[in-house]
Amino acid sequence: MKTKTSEPKAHPTDHKKSGNKSADKWILRLYIAGQTSKCQTAFINLTKICEEQLKGRYKIEIIDLLIDPKLSREHQILAIPTLVRKLPVPVRKIIGDLSNTERVLIGLDLKSRD
Amino acid sequence: MKKVSSRNGNPHLSKSPTGIQGLDEITSGGFPKGRTTLICGSAGCGKTLLAIEFLVRGAREFNEPGVFVAFEETNKELTENVISLGFDLEELARQKKIVVDHVHLERSEIEETGEYDLEGLFIRIGHAISTIGAKRVVLDTIESLFSGFSNPLILRAELRRLFRWLKEKGVTTVITGERGDGTLTRQGLEEYVSDCVIILDHRVTEQTSTRRIRVVKYRGSTHGTNEYPFLIDETGFSVIPITSVGLTYEAATGRIPSGVDDLDQMLGGKGYFVGSSILVSGTAGTGKSSLAAHFSESVCRRGEKVLYFSLEESPSQVIRNMGSIGISLAPAMKTGLLMFHAMRPTFCGLEMHLTTMHRMVEAFNPSVVIVDPINSFLTGNNELEAKSMSMRLIDYLKARKITALFTSLTTGGSQLERTDIFISSLIDTWILLRDIELGGERNRGIYILKSRGMAHSNQIREFLLTDHGIKLRDVYVGMEGVLTGSARQAQEAREREDSIKRSLEIDGRKNAILRKRQVMEARIAAIKAEFEAEEAESLKILATDQDKIDNIDKEQAEMAKSRKAGFEPSLENKS
Repeated sequence: MKTKTSEPKAHPTDHKKSGNKSADKWILRLYIAGQTSKCQTAFINLTKICEEQLKGRYKIEIIDLLIDPKLSREHQILAIPTLVRKLPVPVRKIIGDLSNTERVLIGLDLKSRD
Repeated sequence: MKKVSSRNGNPHLSKSPTGIQGLDEITSGGFPKGRTTLICGSAGCGKTLLAIEFLVRGAREFNEPGVFVAFEETNKELTENVISLGFDLEELARQKKIVVDHVHLERSEIEETGEYDLEGLFIRIGHAISTIGAKRVVLDTIESLFSGFSNPLILRAELRRLFRWLKEKGVTTVITGERGDGTLTRQGLEEYVSDCVIILDHRVTEQTSTRRIRVVKYRGSTHGTNEYPFLIDETGFSVIPITSVGLTYEAATGRIPSGVDDLDQMLGGKGYFVGSSILVSGTAGTGKSSLAAHFSESVCRRGEKVLYFSLEESPSQVIRNMGSIGISLAPAMKTGLLMFHAMRPTFCGLEMHLTTMHRMVEAFNPSVVIVDPINSFLTGNNELEAKSMSMRLIDYLKARKITALFTSLTTGGSQLERTDIFISSLIDTWILLRDIELGGERNRGIYILKSRGMAHSNQIREFLLTDHGIKLRDVYVGMEGVLTGSARQAQEAREREDSIKRSLEIDGRKNAILRKRQVMEARIAAIKAEFEAEEAESLKILATDQDKIDNIDKEQAEMAKSRKAGFEPSLENKS
């Protein structure tokens, strides 16, 4: 776990409740491999969704696997782009360019599954 | 096992040797270098093992480090699974020869939200390859990706790209795939891999399982097309393509005594050829094992090693039984010159037996191998398999210049000259032991049906099991046929009697002549005596008569004198 941002030690979101608790701080990681169009699209889509849903309480980390390839193994990344919700727990993984907003919201637990 | 390169079809296609016994032979040198090989087969047939052995051997023996991408098992599981085969993945990982990368896939955790590719996987593999300079890559089982991602279109495109990319990287890749219904793999991986496809199979027939391997396709190279049995045991994978061994072995001219002097005499005076195959066949109880034990004992006595595969008796039973006819095998066992390996033919499949035998021969390096009896492999309807197995065993031993003695039990009723295992054509020396039933007893006869390359006896000899081992006797062959046992003894006694009688007769005649001569001589003597007597008598009479005449003359003269007449005495007076 040697990313740019160190792990928060004892985070207030340790309580079991997941989902839309508005007080929680969100940490989202976007894994990309170079500045491909898919990756750029994903970043744009992600920023848009976050701005709409989590304004002011989210943080996006971009990890370029071309720069640090061993992280693909350490973080079990196969598909590019992959979005990982580090916080709040539990960790969620979403792949694709995030163009399907509906599925992104479900994947991030911002919207319940029907 | 080493004749690989000579038959290599295409010299331009370089190969990546697997180092697996036999596999390099059927693939003419290994997997295609820098290309992708697909190994497919049903569950539990050894795909992963073959792939991992390819990597481990590459790393250990060919200095080609490898990357193992495991989609199914975790690193820990994998390491534990192969440690029993002597592959220490952790150690190899420490030496930077192997990288094991477990790709964790769980569909439920992943939400797909649009376009994506598998660049992450490429980066992972690429990174693993570059950290150790890998030349070999295994993807086990890449099909798992299909359960991890829901969009097959993307996956197929990515797989195609992946294989192309691996080829560009110049790594030799092995992918494994589970066998599908009617297709080689469930996801049709074979359509991406066109260079080399290998099928593994695991079949159970007659309650014994046999694993088989077949090279379905090998672009640009010749390959063995048969199904070859293979084995997985504590030393890993081994394929036995013995049928591909050509008839190239050199014929030895050295001789090896059979352990029975009389038999050596029958075999041109010197015994078997070194490196030849000897078949001792016969019905039950004709002394096949005894002959084999004799041979073993004599070989061990000369300080050479014997490997004895006993398929019906336990070693101690063999030793005890042979002790009863004066052959002691225990000392040779103690010195390690004689090794017994007892196994039940039904214990495992024929291929397993064959491989076990190979392994043991390789490890023990004997100069003589004995299989007692070889036809016990024939169980049920596996005639064809048993035959091919025996052939391969004989071929193999010949190629290694090991003298092999097989015993074969001929079942009653069948022709003696026919072995159940149909290997007779491969055999150099065939000794037939048979019962000779005569006069209410069974005796053992031995004869040499054939012995290639030597002047051998064509005689049927009687074969005795004595306290001091095997002894051969001349059988009586005469007007009354072949006589053995007590019939032979009786005949011999009769002959002795006859000859005594004849000599007595001769003596009698001699005496008679002598006597006749004596009689004749006696008679001659008698006649002579008689004649002499008569002669003497006659002479005496004659003398007397002369005296008388003389006296008369004298008297007449005197008378005339007295008459003073001088006249001649007249004859008238006298008469």
